Amino acid sequence: MLTNILQYLDVTARRLPDKLAFSDGTGGLTFAALDHASRAAGSALLSRGFSREPVAVLMDKHPEEIAAFFGIIRAGCFYAAMDADMPEPRMKLILDTLAPRCLVCDAKNLKKAQELAVSGAFTGDVLLWDELAASPVDEAALDAVRDTQIDCDPIYVVFTSGSTGVPKGVAACHRSVIDYTESLCEAIGFSEDTVFANQTPLYFDAPLKEIMPTIRLGATCYLVPRMLFSFPVPLCRYLTDHKVNTICWVVSALTMISSLGALEAHKPDTLTTVCFGSEVFPRTQYDKWRAALPDARFFNLYGPTEATGMSCFWPARDLAPDEPIPVGRPFRNTDILLLTPDGRRAGRGEEGEICMRGTCVTLGYYNDPGRTSAAFVQNPLNTAYPEIIYRTGDIGRYNERGELLFLHRRDAQIKLMGHRVELGEVEAAADAEGVRAACCVFDAPRQRLVLYYAGDVTPDALLAGLKNRLPRYMLPAALHALPALPHTPNGKIDRAELRERAEREQI
Amino acid sequence: MNQLIDILHSLHPDVDFVTETGLVENGILNSLDIVTIITEVSVCMDVQIPAEEILPENFDSAAALWALVERLDEA
Repeated sequence: MLTNILQYLDVTARRLPDKLAFSDGTGGLTFAALDHASRAAGSALLSRGFSREPVAVLMDKHPEEIAAFFGIIRAGCFYAAMDADMPEPRMKLILDTLAPRCLVCDAKNLKKAQELAVSGAFTGDVLLWDELAASPVDEAALDAVRDTQIDCDPIYVVFTSGSTGVPKGVAACHRSVIDYTESLCEAIGFSEDTVFANQTPLYFDAPLKEIMPTIRLGATCYLVPRMLFSFPVPLCRYLTDHKVNTICWVVSALTMISSLGALEAHKPDTLTTVCFGSEVFPRTQYDKWRAALPDARFFNLYGPTEATGMSCFWPARDLAPDEPIPVGRPFRNTDILLLTPDGRRAGRGEEGEICMRGTCVTLGYYNDPGRTSAAFVQNPLNTAYPEIIYRTGDIGRYNERGELLFLHRRDAQIKLMGHRVELGEVEAAADAEGVRAACCVFDAPRQRLVLYYAGDVTPDALLAGLKNRLPRYMLPAALHALPALPHTPNGKIDRAELRERAEREQI
Repeated sequence: MNQLIDILHSLHPDVDFVTETGLVENGILNSLDIVTIITEVSVCMDVQIPAEEILPENFDSAAALWALVERLDEA
């Protein structure tokens, strides 16, 4: 009976011990090495008295970080990976929510971890990964933990942008990750011969779509250095050099390659499967990719972190010239409810909020019952027994073929370069920098954030302040001081007016 | 050169582009910055940077980028 994601690693490490599992392009870990490091680290955590609790991870993106995740799960704990480049105040907010008693870091981030301890942001033990991975394995202790783990125990907490300025930690359990892994592998058709190139940072749930199938099937996954995503030809060369056949990337990474002419300069012709998602793919760029790789299979993937990775897939077919790219249909064992504002199921062609039903629904926001109960709610169509669904806040409808279309967000959350950004979190950071009023808008045509504010601080100084509070991807591309912000007749800041203004602006 | 510095400065007002020689290596420029620079150089300076020239060594400093723009402009 499959109840624990460690079973995937146990089986594959026995079957393909010497096969390369994860690589950064130079070194890497075989399945046996990954398995051993996870057992050593799990034993070390147990011997130090950590079990059934959150463990923060502060490491650079590297195969060893994946071994750390699995080591933490082997100890019966759950991991929360932190973005090492994140400003300290945001890290503190996350640590406050998580309240971990220990933090695992690599040698490179040891100083940063110690600074967190000095500033009081973190009061637990700082554990060095290299020491954990070199510890002796205590199989009896690991077995004892395994006997008590059940499939609704958490395995990770992933932090996403929150509109009040406090990030939300989505907690997911074995069962939903197993459900996701099985249904994703089936829908896209990954195999042992799949060679992945991972693009997304490891501190989100997005990399699960490479990490879990790699371990489940005995495939291989390359973690592409982030710098390459600025340089399309070297990036395409990396793919062909490593014979990568499968990528699941955010749209902006694919668009960067096609819009700068790299498909012509160095076609990544080893690719046979291209999955894209997290944003709407501009049709011109999508068409370029399809034309460059006519034999490859393309899939649109869609889903919220709160429903474990991705939830829907759409195998590409020919589209009419102005037809939007659908998000398709849910994976096996996931159901979509389109709900109208009054709690009915949306009729044919009618718009509704996309809600997720099934094992995919995560445990909720960690240490945050208020925001959990607002988004994880009783299915309004079922009054007979408890059944929690997740309300995505995305508005969609079905097309004539029965394919789901994503239309827009219900609130002020946007997607930028694949990252979820609550505009309210940017505004809260500006507010903390002492401006009188702030309104952050998304200039969708140019894919940039623009911040309008009223206050005495100069745009340069405000940007410098925001850099200390927000991760890089949430920083506005332009900041404008206004004497006052425009208001709607009912007294709210006129977002629509400011958004139009941002779109009209000459850069 | 001044026009180029202006473009770079508008992206990162806090960086001294005259002295900084690790724009890529030190992670100052991200992928969105690179795309913006290529667009701005095309619009403001009428120089098209072809895919083959979008390489880390050509973007690591304002001087390297300026040398690239001059070379492409002459060609």
